[in-house]
Amino acid sequence: MLEVDGLKKSYGALVAVNGVSLRAAAGETIGLLGPNGAGKTTSVSMIAGLVRPDAGSVRIEGRTLAGDTDPIKRRIGLVPQDLALFDELTAQANLQLFAALYDLDGAAAQRAIGEALELVGLADRAQDRVKNYSGGMKRRLNLAAALLHDPQILLLDEPTVGVDPQSRNAIFDNLEVLKSRGKTLVYTTHYMEEAERLCDRVIIIDHGQVVADDTLQGLYRLLPITNLLAVELDENHDALRLDELQAVPGVRSAKLEAGTLRVGVQDLATETPRILQWLVERGHLYHHVASERADLETVFLTLTGRSLRDA
Amino acid sequence: MMIPFRALVRKDIQLFFVDRRALLMSFAIPIAIGSFFGYVLGGAGDQPNQSKISVLIVDQDQSVISREIGSRLSAEKALDVKPSTPAQARASVRKGTTTVAVIIPPNFGQDAGRAFFGPRQKPEIAVLFDPSHTAERAMVAGILTGDVMQAVSEEMFSGPSGRDMAKDSLAQVEQSQDLPAEDKKALEDLLRSVDRWNQQSSQGAGGGRSANSSGGMTMPYTTREEAVTARRNAQYNGYAHAFAGMVVQFVLFLGIDVGIGLLQQRQRGLWKRFRAAPLSRGTLLGSRAASAAILAFLVVQVNFLFARLIFGVRVEGSMLGFLGVSAAFALMTAGFGMLVATIGKTPEATRGLSIFATLIVVMLGGAWIPMFLFPQWLQKVTVVVPTRWAMEGLEAMTWRGLGLEAAAAPIAVLLLFAAVFGGLAVARFRWEAEG
Repeated sequence: MLEVDGLKKSYGALVAVNGVSLRAAAGETIGLLGPNGAGKTTSVSMIAGLVRPDAGSVRIEGRTLAGDTDPIKRRIGLVPQDLALFDELTAQANLQLFAALYDLDGAAAQRAIGEALELVGLADRAQDRVKNYSGGMKRRLNLAAALLHDPQILLLDEPTVGVDPQSRNAIFDNLEVLKSRGKTLVYTTHYMEEAERLCDRVIIIDHGQVVADDTLQGLYRLLPITNLLAVELDENHDALRLDELQAVPGVRSAKLEAGTLRVGVQDLATETPRILQWLVERGHLYHHVASERADLETVFLTLTGRSLRDA
Repeated sequence: MMIPFRALVRKDIQLFFVDRRALLMSFAIPIAIGSFFGYVLGGAGDQPNQSKISVLIVDQDQSVISREIGSRLSAEKALDVKPSTPAQARASVRKGTTTVAVIIPPNFGQDAGRAFFGPRQKPEIAVLFDPSHTAERAMVAGILTGDVMQAVSEEMFSGPSGRDMAKDSLAQVEQSQDLPAEDKKALEDLLRSVDRWNQQSSQGAGGGRSANSSGGMTMPYTTREEAVTARRNAQYNGYAHAFAGMVVQFVLFLGIDVGIGLLQQRQRGLWKRFRAAPLSRGTLLGSRAASAAILAFLVVQVNFLFARLIFGVRVEGSMLGFLGVSAAFALMTAGFGMLVATIGKTPEATRGLSIFATLIVVMLGGAWIPMFLFPQWLQKVTVVVPTRWAMEGLEAMTWRGLGLEAAAAPIAVLLLFAAVFGGLAVARFRWEAEG
């Protein structure tokens, strides 16, 4: 469906994208995960035909995207990161314009507008001016505007920026409906929770390069530690010998912070009793035990040495 | 391809009509300012009190001659004459509420009469004037000279004081030892002739001579004034110039908004949505230029329609020429707007610079002050300013009432500017949406 090979783009001395390649099959949702400035938006812009790559190619359904007026662009729907809407016009007028960009007018346009508004739950607000919409409603309309020409591939560039949790959930629901209809979704975000919820596959981008491309399970397998045991100790934990704990079979890491001991283990079920036994035998009593699972943040940290938020 | 083009044009026009600021800037403000400037520039030509020079006259003499001078000045169409006192007159001129004050001193009539026939000390009329109105001072001084000469000579040749003055002067000449004999005889002959004329005049008042005939000097000519405009009875209409100027200015502001609008679309991600569609660059920029030209043309027509209905500004010349100049100016504005979009990266950075540049070309184009008030060298230099051609074209087709051939040059030059601006805009335009 979508094949991207070796995309490169520089702005002067700044290399924004340096050899990004990816594949997305029909009905697949892939996430482009990376911090701000990693090159996600530039990659999406090149895939959508907004920016001419310095090198590399974009193929859609086997055809290379070429030129401003290439009809293959009709197979792509772009949801820009910005609220790309005319605030002074009604939702209906906005969507009529965006439908017309793809040669849709008359009854065909009305039908497409009705379906798109229905999907995002704004059918009853079609005649309202966009400036009177809430932020979440604008985000949903921003999504609807990309659906009018029934594209097979949806490029979603951080489509939930600045929305409340309720609206975010509504957008996720919309995207899951689209996914169920067999659309290919390419979703850029720097929120790992979003990627974890929506994406079949996650591509991690940093400094304009792909540093990982796999399913969630595959990415977790890249981690030396996938599980953490968090033990909240009683007082008198100064004498705890972390080096001795790390020597216990099955323990991969150990860290004590503010009275909570975090022990990285590969197999939680096997190692937990052994670690708790080790603590009791040495007089370190505890009052709470919990397990934590590694997430994409951990994956990113492991792969790049930096936090997603800090990058 | 026409569906997106039409939709993009329709969108721009819709946005214009829902934008109160745009409507205000395109219609209400040019109409208000045009109305004001039109009034100041002489209105529709049928308002008698407009543009009269305010003159205060202080008559400290109260003689027949001084009163006649006052009466003659008051009768001048170009002057608005009111009596005053020396102190009030000086204060009024100093404040700028009066342009010129004329102070006729005591004994002016008597002294002027004596000085009229002989080498006596001439009386002095004080002319106080506002130094910012030197042209008006010269005009009042010229009128005053004529009126004084007529009033004094009339009294000298036919009035009672003139008879006494002539006899008195004759006696003085006869007694004079200083005058050369030849001059003395000539003056005696002249004064005796004046005396005889005066006696005949006084007898003629009872019969024989026309009752309304009077002696003295009169202007040896009259003038026939004709404003050379479109038609024989058509008058200059100050509103025609003022509306042309304001239309040119505010339509260019509309052009700036077109350019800024493009930058805002880029900033708000709308440009990405447009570029993501399979549309040519011609469609994207061409639709914007087309909508700008349509709106600019509409603004010109609506403003002139208002001027026509309220102030009687007519297209006295070629209507086709007027529409042609309007259309060429609208296209030039569209090109200008496109060029504005290429000047800066952000709307904020671009707006200030564009407004400054616009005000300069509007000023140099004669939109504020009529071109004839510019120095000659500046009038020559401004041929490179497109607004000058718009002004000339609009004025030629309205109050000057010239034919289609007079619109040809402005139309051609404006279209040339449109092509140059448009070409530069296309060459400089940043097509790629920012990554």
